[in-house]
Amino acid sequence: MTSFAPLSGFIGGALIGLSAVFLMLTIGRIAGVSSIVRTAVIPGEPSGRSWRLAFVAGLPLGAILTTAVGLKDWSSVGFAASLPIMVIAGFIAGVGSTIGSGCTSGHAICGLARFSPRSIIATAIFITTAMATVFLTRHLA
Amino acid sequence: MPIIYSLLAGIMFGAGLTLSDMVNPARVLNFLDVAGDWDPTLVFVMAGSLAVALPGYRLVFRRGAPLIGGKFSLPAKRPLDLPLVGGAAVFGVGWGLAGICPGPALTDIATLEPKVLLFIAAMLIGMVLANSWRARLSATRELRAQS
Repeated sequence: MTSFAPLSGFIGGALIGLSAVFLMLTIGRIAGVSSIVRTAVIPGEPSGRSWRLAFVAGLPLGAILTTAVGLKDWSSVGFAASLPIMVIAGFIAGVGSTIGSGCTSGHAICGLARFSPRSIIATAIFITTAMATVFLTRHLA
Repeated sequence: MPIIYSLLAGIMFGAGLTLSDMVNPARVLNFLDVAGDWDPTLVFVMAGSLAVALPGYRLVFRRGAPLIGGKFSLPAKRPLDLPLVGGAAVFGVGWGLAGICPGPALTDIATLEPKVLLFIAAMLIGMVLANSWRARLSATRELRAQS
């Protein structure tokens, strides 16, 4: 059970949007997490690794800071999937985001904010297949 | 300097995912579960991010260039193709299985939950493999185009 939380959702979302705008304003980059982490692991350009690793390191730091200032209660956070499912899901998400040029952040936030037709289609598709997957695993399995 | 900027952006991004509880797979799965006890919070997270990013990007692009680096690095405009459609479809299955996507996974490193660490390890392996498949595929295409 998670209780509907529109206000903290909207404020947290606004902070995510601000991060994307800030990264574009300062270094001219898209805040697409899968592309950032992939290119940090497999460098495609000589100087591209350090800023990407710094961005990735910032993500858990943001969680720690939010908790430290008393804005996060982790008690309702649950990892329901079993360990083998987690591994399969991680692998599939890694393959899919690489072939599909992006994940939730790159397509559904940065892409939609730029009115990219490819990102609009990608977002519609992955939300649909994710909902279908949850329907199959929760209601039919 | 780029490191400081991207570290700050990463911190903001991680804080946003934490505040909005997108770091909680249970909440994400409840959003995806339209036939169950539906939790629409994710819609408000999307709305909040677009409320800032839509006008924010517009203002930033009006400047013509970022503060450092000379130019904006944007994805090349490409038509819809099979890799985009198929990759997005596959990605959604992974997202739906665990309720975790790459941003929240990396942010959840803060929990030190072993399941998340394994999700990330598997994700990195998937990225490396898919990247080499993609490279091989485009090399084959180029060869075909030459012959």
